[in-house]
Amino acid sequence: MPRDNSIEVDGLVREFKKGPRAVDGIDLRVEPGEIYGFLGPNGAGKSTTVLMLTTLLPPTAGTARVGGYDVVSEGPKVRSVIGAALQEAALDPMLTGRDHLRLQATLQGISRAERKQRSQELLDRVGLSEAADRKVGGYSGGMKRRLDLALALVHRPRIIFLDEPTTGLDIQSRTALWDEVARLARDDGVTIFLTTQYLEEADVLANRVGIIDHGHIVAEGTPHELKAEIGLPSVHAVPLDHAERERLVAALAPFGESLDGGTGEVIVRLREGLAGLPGVVRAVDDAGLTLAHLEIQAPSLDDVFLAKTGRSLEGAGEDEQDEAETAA
Amino acid sequence: MKTVAAQVGAVARRSVVRTSRQPAAVVFPLIFPMLLLLVNSGGLQASTNLPGFPTDSFVAFALAVPFIQGALFSTMNAGTDLARDIQTGFLNRLSLTSMRGTALIAGLLAGAVVLGLIQASFYVAVGLLIGVDFASGALGILVLFLFAAVISVSFGALGVFLALRTGSGEAIQGLFPLLFVFLFLSSMNTPRNLIAVDWFHFVASINPVSYLIECVRSLIITGWDGQALGLGFGFAFLIGIVAITVATFALRQRLVRT
Repeated sequence: MPRDNSIEVDGLVREFKKGPRAVDGIDLRVEPGEIYGFLGPNGAGKSTTVLMLTTLLPPTAGTARVGGYDVVSEGPKVRSVIGAALQEAALDPMLTGRDHLRLQATLQGISRAERKQRSQELLDRVGLSEAADRKVGGYSGGMKRRLDLALALVHRPRIIFLDEPTTGLDIQSRTALWDEVARLARDDGVTIFLTTQYLEEADVLANRVGIIDHGHIVAEGTPHELKAEIGLPSVHAVPLDHAERERLVAALAPFGESLDGGTGEVIVRLREGLAGLPGVVRAVDDAGLTLAHLEIQAPSLDDVFLAKTGRSLEGAGEDEQDEAETAA
Repeated sequence: MKTVAAQVGAVARRSVVRTSRQPAAVVFPLIFPMLLLLVNSGGLQASTNLPGFPTDSFVAFALAVPFIQGALFSTMNAGTDLARDIQTGFLNRLSLTSMRGTALIAGLLAGAVVLGLIQASFYVAVGLLIGVDFASGALGILVLFLFAAVISVSFGALGVFLALRTGSGEAIQGLFPLLFVFLFLSSMNTPRNLIAVDWFHFVASINPVSYLIECVRSLIITGWDGQALGLGFGFAFLIGIVAITVATFALRQRLVRT
């Protein structure tokens, strides 16, 4: 029987007492070896979905199969094929990194002979060998997150859930973690379900993205598809000689609709998308124009979120928090 | 079976390691009962002159109390450790492994036993150093260690239950003084037959802590007293069975994993 690394979710619902539906009938498919980015503001339902898919929270309705196993009726089998780093690294500040790995390895049923070797292998892999025998209480946020990831990998899971793995990390730590996550999917064929509130993270890492808001998936696709769905990229050009602006407008006119770029700048939304870019460069060259500035701007995932929900992702979580505080 | 034993060992080891790395958690349960012993012995030595008092050494009489105080500290340690795991999400991490719920409880209790035995060794050593003569001899000291292990399990399970029910370390610490009330309303400072105040005599007689203290005390000052041992071990087992049962149910509710 082939290894099943997929995640299949149909009509998944989670209701809490005296509250709205945290997750309200979501459907999604994550293919084996795929990195699926689950993007949304605070309180959108991301973590609740992860808790249900990792068997830590029973769904109110709907079905979900993880690694080919039903999350409700086959919880132990699901847990045997998944690894998870849940929101905020849950570590014991009194234990060392190595203590954590050995404890996790023992609880996962790994043999005594293999525990030591596996622990060292993972410490090397996440770059914590030197800090392995220091208490975790003294680790930085990035080190804790890397240890968290190592702990999720101890039993060689086929599917990994990462709940906001880089929240609060500096850019260096974030990039290091992204590299490791990408490597896991690329080299080891691990399926990764990643929740994030960072647009850049979803854009850089995810093969496909699901955008969740108020418990509903409002958009799904590859980052490119999602952005293409709501608009085409635009080229922004500024002639070196401002007097040449009209000639530049004429040269770029065949490539798409011209937008108001203000003084000096010419903006054209590329009708053929990025495929039109070489033509733009050739047209500028053929017209003998010299440019001071040339830039391509693609629509961002925030534009997608804005188009689907009427709000910007950057401020959505704060809005919800304000609403919650007002309600309280 | 081998895996479960390894899981119990791993949880117990973690419990002992994390406690040993917090000096306050180790030193306070050792020192505080000894200070209380010294203060009480100094102030209450004269009560040994009461007719019917079972010994002429109040230190020997009162040495039983630290064993029970140590068990109360087991309650707090096991409880606050688990409550912290619940609050930080560490329990969720453990829940995602193939660990069995019984292994978690057994591991925490095994850790409590190790710490309980360290405490008991210290109290016995101090007792010997200050000249207490253990009436039941070396074998009695071994029985004393066995009793310390049993009450560590019983009170530790109580701590585990409270942690699972409340999920809050602060709540456990808040309950700690309440547990001490049971100690003060027992025969810790006066033999029950010499308690003259009726209500206090009644409360001390229905308070299981009195029988736990009297079990330890009998080994120190009486020798081999079957009734005291039977009542002490009986209540210790009863508390343990009830606490483990309710803790197991509470764990099932807390671990809502499917």
